[in-house]
Amino acid sequence: MTIRKSTQHSLPGPEDTHRFQTTNGITVLSRSNFNSPSIIISGYLPAGSLFDHDELLGVADFTAMMLTRGSQSRDFQGIHNALESCGANLGMSAGAHTASFNGRCLAEDLPLLLDLLSESLRQPSFDPKQMEKLRTQFLTGLSIRAQDTTEMASMTFDKILFAGHPYSRPEDGYPETIQAITRKNLKDFHRRHYGPKGMVISVVGAIKPEEAVTQVQRVLGDWENSSQPENPVLPVFHPMKKSKTQKVRIPGKSQSDIVIGSSGPKRLDPEYLPASLGNSVLGQFGMMGRIGDVVREKSGLAYYAYSSLNVGIGPGSWEISAGVNPTNVRKAIDLIKTEITRIVANGVSSEELADSQANFIGRLPLSLESNAGVASALLNIERFDLGLDYYLRYPDLVREVKPEAVLKAIQKYLDPDKLAIAIAGP
Amino acid sequence: MTGVITKTKLNNGLSVLLKEIHTAPLISSWIWYRVGSKDEPTGLTGISHWVEHMQFKGTPKHPSAVMDKAISRVGGMWNAFTSMDWTTFLETLPSDKIDLALSLEADRMVNSVYDPQEVASERTVIISEREGSENEPLFQLNEAIQSAAFKVHPYHHEVIGDKADLNSITRDDLYQHYRTNYIPNNAVLALAGDFNSKTLLDQIRDLFEPIPAGNIPVHLNRPEPPDRGEHRLTIEGPGETTYLQIAYRFPSATDADLFPFMVLDSLLSGPSNPSAFSSGGISNKTSRLYRSLVEKEKAVGVFGGGQVTIDPFLYATTITIHPRSNPDEVLSSYDAEIKRLQNESIPEADIQRAIKQARAIFAYGSENITHQAAWLGFSEMFANYHWFNNYLGKLAEVTPGDIQRVAQTWLVHQKRLVGTYLPDGKAEK
Repeated sequence: MTIRKSTQHSLPGPEDTHRFQTTNGITVLSRSNFNSPSIIISGYLPAGSLFDHDELLGVADFTAMMLTRGSQSRDFQGIHNALESCGANLGMSAGAHTASFNGRCLAEDLPLLLDLLSESLRQPSFDPKQMEKLRTQFLTGLSIRAQDTTEMASMTFDKILFAGHPYSRPEDGYPETIQAITRKNLKDFHRRHYGPKGMVISVVGAIKPEEAVTQVQRVLGDWENSSQPENPVLPVFHPMKKSKTQKVRIPGKSQSDIVIGSSGPKRLDPEYLPASLGNSVLGQFGMMGRIGDVVREKSGLAYYAYSSLNVGIGPGSWEISAGVNPTNVRKAIDLIKTEITRIVANGVSSEELADSQANFIGRLPLSLESNAGVASALLNIERFDLGLDYYLRYPDLVREVKPEAVLKAIQKYLDPDKLAIAIAGP
Repeated sequence: MTGVITKTKLNNGLSVLLKEIHTAPLISSWIWYRVGSKDEPTGLTGISHWVEHMQFKGTPKHPSAVMDKAISRVGGMWNAFTSMDWTTFLETLPSDKIDLALSLEADRMVNSVYDPQEVASERTVIISEREGSENEPLFQLNEAIQSAAFKVHPYHHEVIGDKADLNSITRDDLYQHYRTNYIPNNAVLALAGDFNSKTLLDQIRDLFEPIPAGNIPVHLNRPEPPDRGEHRLTIEGPGETTYLQIAYRFPSATDADLFPFMVLDSLLSGPSNPSAFSSGGISNKTSRLYRSLVEKEKAVGVFGGGQVTIDPFLYATTITIHPRSNPDEVLSSYDAEIKRLQNESIPEADIQRAIKQARAIFAYGSENITHQAAWLGFSEMFANYHWFNNYLGKLAEVTPGDIQRVAQTWLVHQKRLVGTYLPDGKAEK
């Protein structure tokens, strides 16, 4: 497949994406889109849960969520009145490596949105009353999580696969750790980890890039924090030596969720693209790939049955998920294992690979159509240092992958005798 | 929201709406059938949704796996949705591939196979879909409220259908439902994107005009009788969290009271999206209910709103009760807010705020060609595209007096349902 000229112009590239670094270390990425009068801001800072101690797991996320709950100049209602009165949004949360923020507004309200972002990041008040309200909301969220078969299967899978590694921990903590967190913990975490070093922000929409940079500079250009530490070094990950199954019983539920899989490549490993294409054949392409065909189409066992490859800075995971009637759990697991065995033994055919390659290339315009899609692509480029021309080079990178490379990547990570199997249900 | 729309009716009654948008090399095509779960009698609940699933199983000319592959290979997406009022099928594709979608839709309007084996495997898939929903306490509560709110009107059942019917519906039931409702004069085809309207319309005529018109299906006519007082219900299930849902009647899409109600909603529980298809909402932390329930620690969350439907549906507020509070305490705070809307005039500024919020919601949605195409056809299900074009203007006409009147007319105890989801065993305590 060749990429038509008009398609090329819809993809971000060095000619229309601006990358700028402020003197205090913030990277600003921007791309214009005047098709709609809206703007999205999206970004991250190195303030993730990797810094959390086990007994206080959730501090990073709690801190991020408290930032929009009151600043030195506006209280909780003041911040949200400003946002909601103009139909804008601003949200924060923390993952393992970074704390992220996302906001959107009409173009005319960008100065306000950036003021609110700056106030939240730089001058949060950590209002004790708001903190207790949020704590109760977190705890309620965790008790709802404990009843959610999908979430519990996924959490249990991470526990088995990443045993002894920080990726085994849920970023939103456990009831006992959320109970233990004090206001001082949040203030200390904020003081130490929030700053311009390592911060990235993308501004996409109805604005000229130069103007976006000026506006970010105006609100964040004088931010300093000399105490920001380097990100912690991830411990060595030890892949599983034999299969392990764990079941979480949640009485009263109608459906069980299953997650089966193994570790996967890091984003910058050479196996990333071959493994992604292999994953597409296994459980993504069309109606959920081979897994969807066997578990849903042929057996009628599940409404959803698919595979996903989760990649990032550290070791990834390769997961096959399905939701089935509790009486069909064994049958579904057997079908999925058979498919894993088959793909590990024989890999993918040239035709299957060509299908997924065409899909990966062809879907770019659709995935990069909205401001949110472009903002996320720009952050991806920055996080992994892919180069501003990455999406222009991408079709060639995809086309270069051969079936042998896919098989090699599959065999490196998937092993039918070394699987983590998590089940949550009645 | 702006831009020229070409609207044509083909000889066989198929309505076609085209809107050129040349911002990305994409076209989104949606075909809408005027059939949904409100057209299902007892014994056949869930059949519209099941037919929607069967429409992906292929025709002799477009076998399922071939279509799936063809769309995925070009990086497109396809999907379908069934609502109470309509069923819609969409494809968003690179603009030079739109013939894939059009030839498929013309073909599967008449030639879907409904192979008995496919029917059998899809039966268990749909039961699995329902069981996944049943895992959610809020599905259980919504279903209980909806069935209590509509004793006569077919909005009574969930779109997915009752399990008894999912077990008993036959291949022939499905095929008949398909042939009765999937006819050109019961459908609207709407496309938006990177095309030339004249050329595309010629292509559409070639593909769709040979399909003969059918008899317009008769819709069930079972209006809900007047309410005779408040209904209360309780359901129990696993978990530790208590939920409360309060549901009033909500005006139909063409009722003039819909617009003041949308402004009232922005004020009471945060703005609802007037379209069933859009991306990203607006938070509701300054809404009156958030302030009186969540800020005062009687609830840990509240959300609510109304859906735009052909017949009057429900205006429902769902509240996650604070662990130290209880449904009675929450309900009395909720009632105080309703009384306030009925007794006090709202500031004009709140109306301006709701208009600005709606403007933002439309701007976010219009970043995306798929949503723009969706709005075209969706509005035809109950009115026409002017409904969206006029939306902001209609909100601007709303007065504080209108809102007070709507609160006094619609938000009354005699016309509401109050449902509680209690964790197992909590009722005896």
